[in-house]
Amino acid sequence: MSGDKSMSAEEVVGRLESGMTIGIGGWGSRRKPMALVRALLRSDVTDLTLVSYGGPDVGLLAAAGKIRRLVTAFATLDSVPLEPHFTAARQRGAFEMTELDEAMVMWGLTAAAQRLPFIPVRAGLGSDVLRVNPSLRTVTSPYEDGEELLAVPALRLDAALVHLNRADVRGNGQYLGSDPYFDDLFCQAADAAYLSCEHIVDTGDLLKDAGPQTLLVNRAFVTGVVATPNGAHFTACAPDYERDENIQRAYARAARDPEAWRTFTARFLSGDEAAYQSAVAAFHEEEPA
Amino acid sequence: MSTVTATRAEYCVVACAEVWRGAGEILASPMGTVPTIGARLARLTFAPELLLTDGEALLVGDVPAVGERARVVEGWLPYRQHLALVATGRRHVMMGAGQLDRHGNQNISCIGDWARPARQLLGVRGAPINTLNNPTSYWVPKHSRRVFVERVDMVSGVGYDRAAEAGPSATRYHRIADVVTNLGVFDFDTPDHTMRLRSLHPGGTVDQVREATGFSLAVPAAVPYTRVPTVEELRLIRDVIDPKKLREREVPA
Repeated sequence: MSGDKSMSAEEVVGRLESGMTIGIGGWGSRRKPMALVRALLRSDVTDLTLVSYGGPDVGLLAAAGKIRRLVTAFATLDSVPLEPHFTAARQRGAFEMTELDEAMVMWGLTAAAQRLPFIPVRAGLGSDVLRVNPSLRTVTSPYEDGEELLAVPALRLDAALVHLNRADVRGNGQYLGSDPYFDDLFCQAADAAYLSCEHIVDTGDLLKDAGPQTLLVNRAFVTGVVATPNGAHFTACAPDYERDENIQRAYARAARDPEAWRTFTARFLSGDEAAYQSAVAAFHEEEPA
Repeated sequence: MSTVTATRAEYCVVACAEVWRGAGEILASPMGTVPTIGARLARLTFAPELLLTDGEALLVGDVPAVGERARVVEGWLPYRQHLALVATGRRHVMMGAGQLDRHGNQNISCIGDWARPARQLLGVRGAPINTLNNPTSYWVPKHSRRVFVERVDMVSGVGYDRAAEAGPSATRYHRIADVVTNLGVFDFDTPDHTMRLRSLHPGGTVDQVREATGFSLAVPAAVPYTRVPTVEELRLIRDVIDPKKLREREVPA
């Protein structure tokens, strides 16, 4: 049919270039487009500026040396508070960082989506976010109050990667969990947005078991759609699956030791996505939950 | 008549609950196990109008035990709405602290030089916007000189001195309320808004607190003890909110 935007994860990565600014949806270790991140790991695309509410997406790309600059308010695995690859990379000075408040990231993406240069917020003032980001500026209200607020600059993206529960081939994306996170905003802030999903369904079936407010992302903001079953693994993708805490624990343990990380990489990340999913299945056969 | 003796963790729970007394119909945002139990205790007793989340996107209509799922949902608060709610002021957050100084500046970002930290922690998260927009308290389960320092390495949550330097937009809605630790309760009700010992948990001494604090602390001539949990509060903590004693993991007896 016309308007079919379906493509493979490799095709998505083929459209990314070294040096780009890429936004990654989800939050912490929740609904991260991990299959797309894994495809990115297999490519030679590097030198990225990454905008993310950081989870293992940040950790894996940091471990692979693909990040030039990270724009974030945190990186965490949620049930494991500190993202071990992120902390290690920061401690060895592996990349530059633009450290912002959580709400500043949201308003920066909103400004980018709305094609505004900045949005004024009452945040950052008095904190060291201003010290470590000397390019941040304040703005004075032109009204009677005369308040001086922080002007959060637009966080415009070359590309966005997000993962939703369902989508059609035209790029209409649906979330079925309780939190949309900021995935629509990431898509709107980007010149090109790539949406992976658990299943591609017929447009007419999107609302078979869900209300219209679940249609988070519309096709005007989507360049490519990829079906990646279990594609957020090992992060949570409610209601399709919970976070895989066993694999996440194994990941976190391995990330703290170079030798263990080589073993983990050889076992899980040396092949394609199908090989990854097989390795995960084999892991669960050996170590039942 | 039988008497019930509260554990140190239970004193901490009640001290945390007190943070939300009289707060009104606002969101209680506790971070950490003891503050979570405290917020639920407040809602079940003296602050029934508080809003609580399930730790994710739902506002809960009942008060489940920690770690249990709510049976009643009364509202929806995904991250985008939660971040926007902060600026409405209808929230009192209780955050943790990697470092905290006498002015209430908090650090959860990193230890050492920011450019290349000795120890990377979480990042500033929502601390900069929280502290400028809604009342903020802190929970420190292990009171030590590592946490209570002369100067924090990366100001994430803004204290009184830094807010004042930043000007009226920073101070307009800024309020650091309480600091609850395993040793006592602290506030900033001093003429220069520096940290003061408000009450000691029973079993502790002023010297012990001074010894564990890396800056000079305001200590009134007479320091009261932290309020004793009531029999009903202890029943709620032990039987309803935390039957698995998760509080003891954060504050061992």
